[in-house]
Amino acid sequence: MLSPPLSRRRFIQALSSATALTACTWLARSPKAAPQASAYTPTFFTPEEWRFLHAACDRLIPEDANGPGAVELGVPEFIDRQMATPYAHGALWYMQAPHVAGPANLGYQLPYTPRDIYRRGIAGARKLARQTHNAEFADLDADTRDSVLTVLETGDLQFDDLPASTFFGHLLGNTQEGAFSDPIHGGNKGLGGWAMTGFPGARADFMDWVDQYGRQYPLGSVSISGETI
Amino acid sequence: MATITRKSVDVVIVGGGWAGSIMAKELTEAGQHVVMLERGGERSTASDGAYPGSLDELEGNFRFKIFQKLSKTTVTVRNNINQTALPYRQLAAFLPGEGVGGAGLHWSGVHLRMAPDDLTLRSTVISKYGKSFIPEGMNLQDYGVTYAELEPYFDKAEKVFGTSGEAYKVQGKIVGNGNAFAPDRSDDFPLPPLKDVTGAHLFRKAAAEAGYHPYSIPAANASRQYTNPYGAQMGPCNFCGYCSGYACYMYSKASPNVNILPALRKNPLFELRSNATVLHVTLDSTKSRATGVIYLDEKGDEIIQPAELVILAAFQFNNVHLMLVSGIGKPYDPVSNTGVVGRNFVYQNISTTTAWLDPSVYTSQFIGTGGGGVAFDDFNSENFDHGPQGFIGGSPVWVNQAGVKAIAAAKAGGPPGTPRWGSAWKSGMIDTYKHAVRMDAHGSNMAYRDVFLDLDPTWKDAFGRPLLRMTFDWKDNDIRMNRYVVSKIANVTKAMGARRTHLGMKEFGQPFDTRFYQTTHLGGGAVMGNDPQTSAINRYLQCWDVSNVFVIGSNAFPQGTGYNPTGMVAALAYWSAHHIRTTYLKNPGPLVPA
Repeated sequence: MLSPPLSRRRFIQALSSATALTACTWLARSPKAAPQASAYTPTFFTPEEWRFLHAACDRLIPEDANGPGAVELGVPEFIDRQMATPYAHGALWYMQAPHVAGPANLGYQLPYTPRDIYRRGIAGARKLARQTHNAEFADLDADTRDSVLTVLETGDLQFDDLPASTFFGHLLGNTQEGAFSDPIHGGNKGLGGWAMTGFPGARADFMDWVDQYGRQYPLGSVSISGETI
Repeated sequence: MATITRKSVDVVIVGGGWAGSIMAKELTEAGQHVVMLERGGERSTASDGAYPGSLDELEGNFRFKIFQKLSKTTVTVRNNINQTALPYRQLAAFLPGEGVGGAGLHWSGVHLRMAPDDLTLRSTVISKYGKSFIPEGMNLQDYGVTYAELEPYFDKAEKVFGTSGEAYKVQGKIVGNGNAFAPDRSDDFPLPPLKDVTGAHLFRKAAAEAGYHPYSIPAANASRQYTNPYGAQMGPCNFCGYCSGYACYMYSKASPNVNILPALRKNPLFELRSNATVLHVTLDSTKSRATGVIYLDEKGDEIIQPAELVILAAFQFNNVHLMLVSGIGKPYDPVSNTGVVGRNFVYQNISTTTAWLDPSVYTSQFIGTGGGGVAFDDFNSENFDHGPQGFIGGSPVWVNQAGVKAIAAAKAGGPPGTPRWGSAWKSGMIDTYKHAVRMDAHGSNMAYRDVFLDLDPTWKDAFGRPLLRMTFDWKDNDIRMNRYVVSKIANVTKAMGARRTHLGMKEFGQPFDTRFYQTTHLGGGAVMGNDPQTSAINRYLQCWDVSNVFVIGSNAFPQGTGYNPTGMVAALAYWSAHHIRTTYLKNPGPLVPA
């Protein structure tokens, strides 16, 4: 989905609303701040990056009345495990030089792999949080984290030559992948993402349901490994 | 890295997809010794379609398991001749295949016959609306072959593919509720139509209420168990929803791997070499005769493969690329308007409309079959009067639900205006996934003087060859067509009782955007025709300049149509093979005097 280009004015608004919230320091230090990291030990992300990842994913897909959030679904583990795959090393992309900037509609042109994008992006986002809120991103309350993420998503902020919105796009895309892919990749714990959407996973046989027009599919999801709900 | 010369063969075929497999089958039947070279690896249902491991949406649709690896080669893209084209670094707008089966392994299965008027579009438009109806800069052309000539080959392809559908007219008699605009057929479909999924069922009813003529989309997804003329067996489609991007685990979706290659692999006249990247076609000193090809094998050795006949059957733009890097045919120059290789590069003009139904109605978008669904053709081809509209072209409109899985649903999100994340996104996304129906206007794209393919001056592939450069943008004629057809969908969603409708339309002035999937239906660039000044290959798909090279694929389309290309590519392959078998092999040389 294409986001409309953000005007300078809206960017500044987003920044200043974020700044306004720093006054509420009690909020930023509330015990409900960042969710706890899971038992999984990351191999790519540093402890600080790992805390950031949890705190960010938690807002992209929050736990609510509709179902579990990204952290409960194991999305940080999914992303860390993805960082060891050929995809994260840029092996799926044409990476040959020269890398020349161009109009957005001609696509990604930077020399950075997904691993590079996370490293630079998280560093930039943490710095932004410290500059605008005088705190680690992971220590901010939910609303303040939302405002920082909005700046990343819609602002024209750059982390050197990496647009913050490019980092945000990867983070959001991988978060959604982690929440809704087969649990074999480390996310979608307990098939919670599929339960929420009604996706039956690897069930893959609807011979007897295709013409049950308009009715809700009665069976739960099943994963590649045979896990069911 | 050694250079090795292999023993000469009768025929070398570049590309292991539909076009190459059909040509290999036909030419081995004619007693020719055929070597097929495929740049990617071996693929089969047993390994690539294993249940349940292959039912992995992340690997299939987001890590592109059976698609082209851009790390080795890609294209560059720009919107106009004054821009610097930049590499298409990440798969998005279009998704070419790689490996045995080519795009024919990951396709969905929509299997249509080209509309007769689309084959003679230039003549038809001029006779109906006058020559001045054609906009300045539009290269409108006829194919040089008629529907009547191609009909036996459309029929043959449907029988090989095990196509499911309902005919309208067979041998002049109305026989069923098929597409009322479809031309006469010599025979019925080999299999009855697939069942409608919920969205297609509701669309069929609503389209009829709106006064249109809905029909079951012909689909190369077997509705019953089937054995094709080559002895290949297919199982009945169970609507598993893992169609586009997957090697169908049910053996229901037609593919070269299931429908043709099993017969070929048993034939001692046939040899398939995978991981063989053809670098170029070799020509003799006159440049009017090919001597074979040079390719790199798995070990990186350079192999010289001499052959009497060379068939280029790679993906559309790879065929054009091979012609350009081999010096076959005159490259197109848009400034002087001369040359033919790269001319009339076309795409397809698609937009998606969404209707949200009552929350009591579940649309089960995860249930799907790649080629199945319901369409109406009232605004496709020349089925309506273009005179008052002032544009050329048209679109079928359809519900073609190949199976929407959870990651795709998450990325598609909620209705326009919904945030991309957070709780509001969650609610909008879940509501859309459970209760919405998606409809496409799957439209034509005309050819223009300043839309073309050539070689990029800067970027190279992993083998040191210049990348192919696309110069492409949407034009007002095609945007007007899209907006007109999409406006006609409003009646349908109203009849469906939609609580909300988003009519997805092309917007004027919005450039072609490589970041978002549109379709892999690229065409043209080495088009067929009867005039060597405006076509690169003759009506038998034989190069005008090098008569022992035939080029098979959607590269032959002079302009883009509203239909999916595979049915036409298969028919053209059988048509070309028929003329090679009956005429060319007896007396090699040009089948049409230049």
